[in-house]
Amino acid sequence: MAYSEKVIDHYENPRNVGSFAKDEEGVATGMVGAPACGDVMKLQIKVNKDGVIEDARFKTYGCGSAIASSSLVTEWVKGKTVDEAGSIKNTQIAEELALPPVKIHCSILAEDAIKAALADYRKKYGTEEAAQPAQRQAAD
Amino acid sequence: MTTDTKYPIYLDYSATTPVDPRVVEKMIPWLTHQFGNPASRSHAYGWDAEAAVENARAEVAKLVNCDPKEIVWTSGATESDNLAIKGAAHFYKTKGKHLITVKTEHKAVLDPMRELEREGFEVTYLDPEPDGLVDLEKFKAALRPDTILVSIMFVNNEIGVIQPIAEIGEITRAKGIVFHVDAAQATGKVEIDLAKLKVDLMSFSAHKTYGPKGIGALYVRRKPRVRLEAQMHGGGHEKGLRSGTLPTHQIVGMGEAFRIARLEMATENERIRMLRDKLLAGVQDLEEVYVNGDLEHRVPHNLNVSFNFVEGESLIMAMKELAVSSGSACTSASLEPSYVLRALGRNDELAHSSIRFTIGRFTRPEDIDFAVKLIKERIGKLREMSPLWEMFKEGIDLNSVQWAAH
Repeated sequence: MAYSEKVIDHYENPRNVGSFAKDEEGVATGMVGAPACGDVMKLQIKVNKDGVIEDARFKTYGCGSAIASSSLVTEWVKGKTVDEAGSIKNTQIAEELALPPVKIHCSILAEDAIKAALADYRKKYGTEEAAQPAQRQAAD
Repeated sequence: MTTDTKYPIYLDYSATTPVDPRVVEKMIPWLTHQFGNPASRSHAYGWDAEAAVENARAEVAKLVNCDPKEIVWTSGATESDNLAIKGAAHFYKTKGKHLITVKTEHKAVLDPMRELEREGFEVTYLDPEPDGLVDLEKFKAALRPDTILVSIMFVNNEIGVIQPIAEIGEITRAKGIVFHVDAAQATGKVEIDLAKLKVDLMSFSAHKTYGPKGIGALYVRRKPRVRLEAQMHGGGHEKGLRSGTLPTHQIVGMGEAFRIARLEMATENERIRMLRDKLLAGVQDLEEVYVNGDLEHRVPHNLNVSFNFVEGESLIMAMKELAVSSGSACTSASLEPSYVLRALGRNDELAHSSIRFTIGRFTRPEDIDFAVKLIKERIGKLREMSPLWEMFKEGIDLNSVQWAAH
């Protein structure tokens, strides 16, 4: 399997590997995929009071492309608002990493992981406009 | 085989072996000034080549304790398997149409079986036990009055387990069923005594035992005589069983490789077993490591292990400083797990995350030390990155999780 240099770089030096405590303020988690399919991605975002993603972490069980795709999106979502992060498309990920056609599903999974994390954020804390600590608790 | 070259450390001796330099030396004259055709009867070039071929035939026969007249040269174990299976099935087809083999056989056995099914034969593919071995009672139960041929390998290429060939031979001989054994992975690894084993046909390969690629042999028993229909027709070489000019240099190489194996296998296997056990002890320091296949009925040079919670393809990338085989053949879009490990009942995830390490003549203790250190570091890194490992560590039963299959 010939990988692009960018995939190999992310695989060998993955960015933002790890986990936030699930109950930490502003943290939301998205987990997508299944072990039987060979890919599971867990993406966590930490959102500040202004609705901006301050930090992100990932853990991925999967091939080099899956690891690279999730490592890349942790870099991309940082500094974006929740809305902006929701507009990241798998085609951008696939293009950036020069994924071969058989690995496109890795970029789709990474997009799904962002969407799942954002959905968890909205479920936990309501809309971005309501992103105040007191209201967050009310939304729980 | 050094660590300071661009090549990874070679731990894939079951795929192929380097040709022993002593073997190369014996081969070279037969390519240059002693180039004669062993079938040439009218001059010294031919006579010398024929003598060399017969000397090599005697060396192959000595390793497995049979009559040199029972050895037929072929291009390798795949051709030997084809000649044995198709040749015997075609010759004895009026006696019956049922054949038996095992799901963990090499493709060189399974594919000829599939071909014979297309021709109208019926094949039973036995399931091995979870340890990889054939259960004799289940084997007996699969026999039918019209069974004409059984093909079971001596040593499995992926997991290295040794099948109960002697016991199976007693059963087939008592019933007059032809018994073929693929011994490509067995020569130089286990004692083979064809005077005792009730085996009728046995396939050999040179390149798994420090000989050259492109040469092999088929043992065809004379007493009681086993008949075959030739698959290659032509000049009638090898008593009509396999036509084609004999490649003297290759044959000389196989003879020398098997001679060295006979003389050195006892001491060599002990050294290799120590290295394998050192490797096993090293990987067993890690949690959630599963050895595939029985450890006792196993050749000394094979170790096949699955690393749980690590995905197969990233595992291969992580092992790039080691030349090893993976249970996961990622050829194209689909990642195919090893059919051998699936037949043992391993789930897809564990089958995918398996690595076969095979040690050989030129493996050094420091190579094993390097491998153990690398494996521990890389598996640790991949697990730190694995959400499944995290969940396992938190005590979550992964089978209870509702996964969104994609």
